[in-house]
Amino acid sequence: MTKQEALFNYTLRLGDTSLILAQRLSEWTGHGPFLEEDLALTNIALDIFGRAKSLLEYAAKVENKGKTEDDLAFFRNDREYFNALITEQPNGDYAKTILRQAFIDCFDLMFYTELSNTKDATLVGISQKSIKEITYHKRHSFSWVKRFGNGTEESLTRLQQGFDELWPFTGELFEMNEVDEVLLKDGLAVDLSRLKAVWEKEIGDLLNESHVQIPESTYIQTGSRKGLHSEHLGYILAEMQSLPRMHPTAKW
Amino acid sequence: MGRVNVEEVFEAKLAKNDFIEPKDWMPENYRKHLIRQISQHAHSEILGMLPEGNWISRAPSLRAKLVLLAKVQDEGGHGLYLYTAAESLGISRDEMLNALLTGKAKYSSIFNYPTLSWADVGAVGWLVDGAAIMNQVMLQRSSYGPYSRAMVRICKEESFHQRQGYEIMTHLSFGTPEQKAMAQDALNRWWFPTLMMFGPPDRESPNSENALKWRIKRETNDQLRQRFVNQTVIQAEYLGLTIPDKGLVWNEAKKAYDFSEPDWAEFKNVIKGNGPCNKERLVSRNKSHKDGEWVRAAAAAYGKKQMEASLAA
Repeated sequence: MTKQEALFNYTLRLGDTSLILAQRLSEWTGHGPFLEEDLALTNIALDIFGRAKSLLEYAAKVENKGKTEDDLAFFRNDREYFNALITEQPNGDYAKTILRQAFIDCFDLMFYTELSNTKDATLVGISQKSIKEITYHKRHSFSWVKRFGNGTEESLTRLQQGFDELWPFTGELFEMNEVDEVLLKDGLAVDLSRLKAVWEKEIGDLLNESHVQIPESTYIQTGSRKGLHSEHLGYILAEMQSLPRMHPTAKW
Repeated sequence: MGRVNVEEVFEAKLAKNDFIEPKDWMPENYRKHLIRQISQHAHSEILGMLPEGNWISRAPSLRAKLVLLAKVQDEGGHGLYLYTAAESLGISRDEMLNALLTGKAKYSSIFNYPTLSWADVGAVGWLVDGAAIMNQVMLQRSSYGPYSRAMVRICKEESFHQRQGYEIMTHLSFGTPEQKAMAQDALNRWWFPTLMMFGPPDRESPNSENALKWRIKRETNDQLRQRFVNQTVIQAEYLGLTIPDKGLVWNEAKKAYDFSEPDWAEFKNVIKGNGPCNKERLVSRNKSHKDGEWVRAAAAAYGKKQMEASLAA
């Protein structure tokens, strides 16, 4: 694997993860639990779509085949998508959506902080902008997890249920493959193995404070690094890509 | 010192074009009229999130998606300022929300029409927001201070939305034949419902007289409708689209277009609840509200516990 191939795949991984997460979050727009929260979650979705756009623009540039970010978003199949499995999971209720966000915000803040110290100028630029946004997102999601854990019996039950459904998808966030190896040699990627313990500590503290029971051991769902997804991604793409695919020569 | 006649003070302010502020005395009917108008306006913004929100997941480019999502968020923001403006008149948000959810409150009927294609997102921005701006520009000079000030901010964002809608229509109208057909179809469906947005003709408008007297409104429904038609015809011509009205013709004597009246029977029917999406829209709002009930309860319970803990400390 060449360095260029690795960087292309790495940037797709980050771009796709942002794109699919934002696509899921924006399903809440107009349907939030109350107006202020509707606006807040939409704002978060907007930040993450913005990041997805920058990353896919860069991926297209790295690939150097004359494509645009829209070509990458709308004309790739599920097997060519590398978003983390956790992002494509259905929103469920608000507790599940918020908990997924807390898991990812916690990961992303550490990840983009590390990425801002690597050697690729474009990725560093995107990271610096993202850190500010994610800091706010994390404050939002963490504060809601605590509210649910310490709110009512029902909110705690729902939080635990969301946790049980999402927990098996968290391990995959830290997986590395040949792409990471190639880039790490040149200081172009983040060593994910170094993030895991810190993430587990922070999330463990949050869950303890929120009275969520964490199992001793768990199995891990995996596959996205190879473009292997859950059944959900096919539907997300079918919907998201329908218009450009129906009118492949059109400009919008 | 003689007794101040509050009604005279109110009338004098109107005569001088001064704002009426929340703590000022105002006639009860003025207050009621404003509560009705502002809360309907707020509900319209919130309901308006649904037809456009329908296309967020299918927006055909990443830029279009960002623009649309930001727009729908702006509508929610407008709803929020307007609810706050209405609250300054002594009604609670819960009361207003309840009126909306139970179907007692009205909102702009235009949102009871479906968005069937991507071109509808363009047409809603171009026509519906365009019509809304005609109304709202006038309302920036409305006599009630909080409403007027909310409108100043809302107008800025709305004119941005209208340009974004027109931009979509431009891409489609100068795009592939299928795109152009999509644009024409959207114009065909949205034209008359948009003309209805200005309300019934002046000869039948029950609330207009007071609204004009109190300077809540400053122009009549028919005046605004005429201005909208005059402005929009040229925009459609530029796009190469045909306005679906055989009666549309330039009248040199009045320096304005003559045009056919919308089907007022349809207008009344949609207001009554029989439009294509009235039921769906309300079901959707009710579902979101009900699904959010435990979230609001959890936040309230948590807030209460925090408060008790801080008092105990």
